Amino acid sequence: MPSNSPAASDPDPTPSVPADPPGLIELFVAFAKMSLAGFGGVLGWARRSIVDQHRWMTAEEFNETFALCHILPGPNIVNLSFVFGSRFGGFAGGCAAFAGLIGPPMVIATVLAGLYARFGDIDALRRTLAGVACAAVGLLIAVVLRMMWPLIKKRDALGMLILVAVFIAIGVLQLPLHTVVLVAIPLSLVITYFLRMRGAA
Amino acid sequence: MSGPGQLWTLIWTFGLMSLFAVGGANSAIPEMHRVAVDINHWMTDKQFADMFAISQLSPGPNVLIVTLIGYSVAGIMGAVAATLAMCGPTAILAWYVSGILKRASTSRWPAIIQAGLVPLSIGLMAASALILARTSDLSWMATLITIVAAVLATATRLSPLWMMVVGGLLGFAGVI
Repeated sequence: MPSNSPAASDPDPTPSVPADPPGLIELFVAFAKMSLAGFGGVLGWARRSIVDQHRWMTAEEFNETFALCHILPGPNIVNLSFVFGSRFGGFAGGCAAFAGLIGPPMVIATVLAGLYARFGDIDALRRTLAGVACAAVGLLIAVVLRMMWPLIKKRDALGMLILVAVFIAIGVLQLPLHTVVLVAIPLSLVITYFLRMRGAA
Repeated sequence: MSGPGQLWTLIWTFGLMSLFAVGGANSAIPEMHRVAVDINHWMTDKQFADMFAISQLSPGPNVLIVTLIGYSVAGIMGAVAATLAMCGPTAILAWYVSGILKRASTSRWPAIIQAGLVPLSIGLMAASALILARTSDLSWMATLITIVAAVLATATRLSPLWMMVVGGLLGFAGVI
């Protein structure tokens, strides 16, 4: 596979560090900006800022880093901030990017939570939030459909089976998350592994 | 409902939950609902749906619903504790794993893990949508708004913020 990755021939595993690596404050500010710009998801803004605007990573590096943060548990974009920041500033860099991504929106959310605790009983606000929730659920459904589409297109029967089983276990039977995940992960990985082995043989 | 006991419950609950949140914060919404509404009775169904709405309306990553839940349990300290518990451990884990992978990057395990985990995370998110629909779509009109938003978000490039604003206006007008 020498053709698909220009970095494969490079003996140095460190990625191409840009000429002007960001400092701690710059990391904090950049992640605070993309976080505050992101309504309903920060990923698009992160890509724009890191790849297009600052050129701190190539698109390929960004995709690889995000793929890793996506298969690991926890909030993906938060994981990404720490991994990205630590690449330039070690542990402190990770903390700076993490704090930039989480800090300012957390302050806003806390203020909103305080307002909700105070005024949440007002009927007009209750009705308004109910309407927002309905639309937000629709947006989440759209995200699910968009992510499902590749599985359907590939006719990935195993993937769909896992998807439906997890959906029923969590959504319908309302089983605890850790029980379902601890059963589903090994099962899913073992089956995927053997199918690939058979496919390769 | 006060004291360090509640704080530790929040930290323990969300710290542990984050380790099983395959695919991100949206995957853990059914578990948040189970813990906050069914087990601990921290809030009602309606309040949980409201918090989801507020978290989607405010800028920043989806994980902020945890900040709102934390606040409702233990005030400002609760908001901070819950958020850091949900975000900190997995960020450190990601940092650690990325360091290992940099040294052994030729393995084919990442591809297999990704192929195995992506359907799982989509299933979790679909379950999130179902749980939230069950708490929000209590009338035909409400269900219709959800369906229209889903269709528009799938088929057009309309900003999600506009759809939530329109949903809010319809709610304010008493349509739901």
